[in-house]
Formats: sequence, structure tokens, C-alpha cells
Amino acid sequence: MGQTIVEKIVSTHAGKCVHAGDLTVVDVDFLMASDTTAPLAINAFKNMGGQRIFDPTKMALVIDHASPAPNQRIASLHDLMREFANEQGIKLYDVGDGICHQLMIENRHARPGQLVLGADSHTCTYGAIGTFSTGVGSTDLAGAMLTGRTWLKVPETILIKINGSLPKGVSAKDLVLHVVGIIGIQGATYDAIEYTGTTMEDLSLDSRMTIASMSIEMGAKAGFIHTKGLSLPYEFEHVLPDSDATYKQIIDIDASTVTSQVAVPHSPDNVVSIENLNEIIIHQAFIGSCTNGRLEDLHAAAEILKDKRVHPNVRLIIAPASRKVFLDALQDGTVETLTKAGATFLPSGCGPCVGTHLGIPGNNEVIVSSTNRNFLGRMGNRNSDIYLGSPAFVAAAALRGKITNPQKLLEGVCGS
Amino acid sequence: MKIIGKAHVYGDNIDTDRIIPGKYTKTLDMQSLAEHVLEDLDPEFSKKVQQGDIVVAGENFGCGSSREQAPLALKTAGVSLIIAKSFARIFFRNAINIGLPIIEVKDYNIQLEDTVEVDLITGKVEVNGNTYFGTKMPDVMVDILNENGLVNYLSKHKQYNL
Ligand code: SF4
Repeated sequence: MGQTIVEKIVSTHAGKCVHAGDLTVVDVDFLMASDTTAPLAINAFKNMGGQRIFDPTKMALVIDHASPAPNQRIASLHDLMREFANEQGIKLYDVGDGICHQLMIENRHARPGQLVLGADSHTCTYGAIGTFSTGVGSTDLAGAMLTGRTWLKVPETILIKINGSLPKGVSAKDLVLHVVGIIGIQGATYDAIEYTGTTMEDLSLDSRMTIASMSIEMGAKAGFIHTKGLSLPYEFEHVLPDSDATYKQIIDIDASTVTSQVAVPHSPDNVVSIENLNEIIIHQAFIGSCTNGRLEDLHAAAEILKDKRVHPNVRLIIAPASRKVFLDALQDGTVETLTKAGATFLPSGCGPCVGTHLGIPGNNEVIVSSTNRNFLGRMGNRNSDIYLGSPAFVAAAALRGKITNPQKLLEGVCGS
Repeated sequence: MKIIGKAHVYGDNIDTDRIIPGKYTKTLDMQSLAEHVLEDLDPEFSKKVQQGDIVVAGENFGCGSSREQAPLALKTAGVSLIIAKSFARIFFRNAINIGLPIIEVKDYNIQLEDTVEVDLITGKVEVNGNTYFGTKMPDVMVDILNENGLVNYLSKHKQYNL
């Protein structure tokens, strides 16, 4: 009986052949926690009687959600993490290094075919390189820190086939928002998703990460992009399903028909085509997050904002996904282009995405954002509206001060 | 194990940001979480909730973040049980792991302030003379809940027993 990707990876980590529906204990290859989840995980680990973690080379802690510390309380939590990392010999990424998920792939902590747990829901991002990675809570992570294992139910898989070329100005974010709109916020609960097709084969690593990261916005346990066409800076074995694997559902999408997509308040599955949206006045624009804070995303914004100036009533805030992303964008002139256009760069980290600090919206403000969630209050103020879209969508709105179709702007650029 | 409590009823897709906003999650002070629980959904909740009350919700309760602060905030505020038509995956595990009883009941008619009686062993839910049955959890989850959470479970067993 053929296996899906998740069935294959779980089988190798369980030491026996498993299929969807089976409950099993698995070995883990790597663990991660952030400053939102690590303090609780450390406490739980100690309360379990934990003294040494099962393998200190298989864990990283990341200070990214409230980084640098906005107040004394959080500074103490960061200290607790530094102390624990030091005492256990665990790798710690400190202020400004970047967003946890970006660092996990950049620094090769997650690799194709591995099984990784992260105490953060967007841990599913590493499915971009064929890792079975899933988000858990702090206590589950503590259990894995203690035992090197966890238990899970093997999920069923939804296969999404995407073929054709994306139109100009339409990005991986538009594609994944389109998928979230079809499947819905709980349409993939308890399931894994696999993405395949010619469109996927041509996608960059940055784009693949954008798509995999939003698997959780459909409730999925994991989201894999077939690794065909993927290049990584090291040798790896491709992660593909058997040709006779069993799928719960198969969805076909023609990429050439996808337009700029926007998730309107207050749920990431409230997805509409930008053509059906009015030109709503906006106040703040944010480009960043584990979903869209990479070099490719900054390039897409720079393409729209080059030699132009952000609308005077708009604050454009950018948080690169990592120090490496920032440095690359600095070296190739993207930071200069965007700064001249009026953008404000934040340290690499989560900040505005999760409403901790560095850009809380005011009352009755409208925000356009390249992040992954627009739940009520997500950015720190329940009296604000968040519209999610691609980096090009955010840049276009920042430029004109209102929601604008980036495809039209780009056509204008080409035509002039 | 029987739980009897008064119902607070909410709708579908209550996400973790509405259970406890991200800005309050960076703390080890559970009481401070309880003070802000469900604040963006029902600003009065933290004042009116009584020890032992039950939260009743629709589909996909707890979607979004993996923050364990969400079930912790509800538990610290005094909530004894959550009933929902379905739960988001990570929230479900987190609730069991911290020892907060939770039960999926596919269909029910429960109104605000109703007194609900739940038998966690049989999954039987009784309210206003009607009886409903909850979905059975995997044995490993029942075992973890019986130990009042994963910390006690692993302190005792040192490993997962499936
Ligand atoms: S960038 Fe946003 S979604 Fe990603 S890990 Fe940080 S807070 Fe979570």
C-alpha cells in the first residue's frame, strides 16, 4: 500500500510501517521554542523532573516574539531562556537574529525527511523543504525535551495540484490565500497537505516557505511542497510520496487564473479577489513575518516603491525575517530603495505580526499586512481592521494610501 | 469523574488571539492571563466567570496559535470544562496536557446560564433533560487527563505508553 509523505516520514521515525489513522510514538530530530513558549516549556520540563535535555545539539531557543525586550517582565523571561540555554548547552538565537522559522531553515536545523517539533503554530513552514514539522504547545515540547520522543496520530493528506504560470504581480502568497479561501480555516484540521504540480516545481525556496507556513491557517498538522525543483545549499534526498498513495481529497488549481488575493477582516479564510474590494483608505502597512519577510518579498515591495514615496498618511514598517535577509537586502540596495521611499526598518523578529510591540495600530485604523493572521486584535488593538495580502499588495497600498491592485500598478510601470 | 457547571456560550472559530491576546502571553504569572481571558470576545467574561463554570462553543475552538497560555488562562480563571462542536488540533492537545478537561460534542442545544452535567468517563452530557454524547478521545489522552496533565504523566511514567 503506497504512502503519502507524512506516512513515510512518520514510519521512519516510528520504526514501523504506519498509515493514516494509526497512533504511534516517534523519535524527534529537532526541537524549537520561542520567547512566547520557551519559558513555560522550561518550567514544565523542570516540573517533569527533567535535568538534562535528551540531546542539547537537537534544540534551539529563539528570542523573536518580543525582541528586543519591550519591558522588564519580558526581559526577565529572555534572561531565563539565556540561562537555560547556557546551562544545557542549547543553541540560542538572540535579539535581532531573526524569526524562529526562518532561522530553522537558514541554519539547517530542519532538513528534508526529518521530524521536527516547534512550540509555535507556524512550525509547519519547514514542509517547504520536505520536513515533517508541526506546532505543539509548551508542555508537549517539554515532553519531547525529556524523552526525545512524542506521540501522534498519522494524519490523512489532502493533495493540491497546481499547474500553469502565475500572472505577473501574482505571488505565492496570492496562491496560498486562494487555497485557504477554498479549504477554509478548519478544512484541513488533523490533516496534512501536499502541494504538487508544475507551478510548485518552479517556485523559489522563499515562495515555498510562504505557502507551507499558512498550512496552519487551514488547521493542518503539516503542509509539504513536493521537493521536485527545490534547490538547497547542501545535498539532500527528495521527499516525494509513492505514486499509489491514498489521499483524502484532491484539488486541482490552474495558476494562470489566480488574481491578487486579500484576506479581509477578521479571518485569514475571508479571502476575496482584489478586484472585488473597494479602494479602502489605509493607515499602516507592514511587511514581515515568517510568511512574507524574506528577500524575495522585499524585492517585490521595492519593485513597486522604487524612486517613489509612500503616501504621507501611511506608516510603512518592515521587519526582515532574519539578520541574513536584512544583510542581503542591504548589500543589494533594497534597503536603500525602501528607506528612501519612506519605509521604517525594524529589527528582525515578529513584533507587529503578533501585537507585542513596534507598531500597534491605533483605534479605527486600517492595516495592510503581509503576515498570516488577521484575527480580531491580532496586532494588539481590537479596534482595528487587518487586510492580509502579498508584499506587492502591501507596497501598492502604502504607495497610494488605499487598497490598490498591485497588478495594475505593475502594468502601469511597464507601460510608462 | 463528573463535572457540573453553568454555561457561557460562544460561537464558531474562537481563535487563540481572542482567548488570550498575544500581548499578554509573555508571562509566567497565570493570574495575569486569567485577568485578560476572552477579553476581545467578551470583555465582561473575566468578571462574571465563577469557579467551575463551563465554556461552550461551536466549531474549531482554539484555532490559530500554539500558545498554551490559552487553555491556561481559561483554567486559571476557574473554567472546569470546555465543550465544543470541534476543536483546533493544537488547542485540544494543550488543554489535555495542562489538565483542562475538554469534550467534543458534535451537536447540542445549550443556552447561556444552563446547568450542564458531564461524565468525563462515559462522555455523557446532560442539560435541560436532554442527553448528548461526546467523541471518545484516544486512550493516551484519557491517561494524561487522569494524571491531571502531561507533567504528572511523564513524572510518573517517564515515557509515552501507547
Ligand atoms: S512572524 Fe508572526 S506568525 Fe511568524 S512566528 Fe512570528 S508571530 Fe508567529
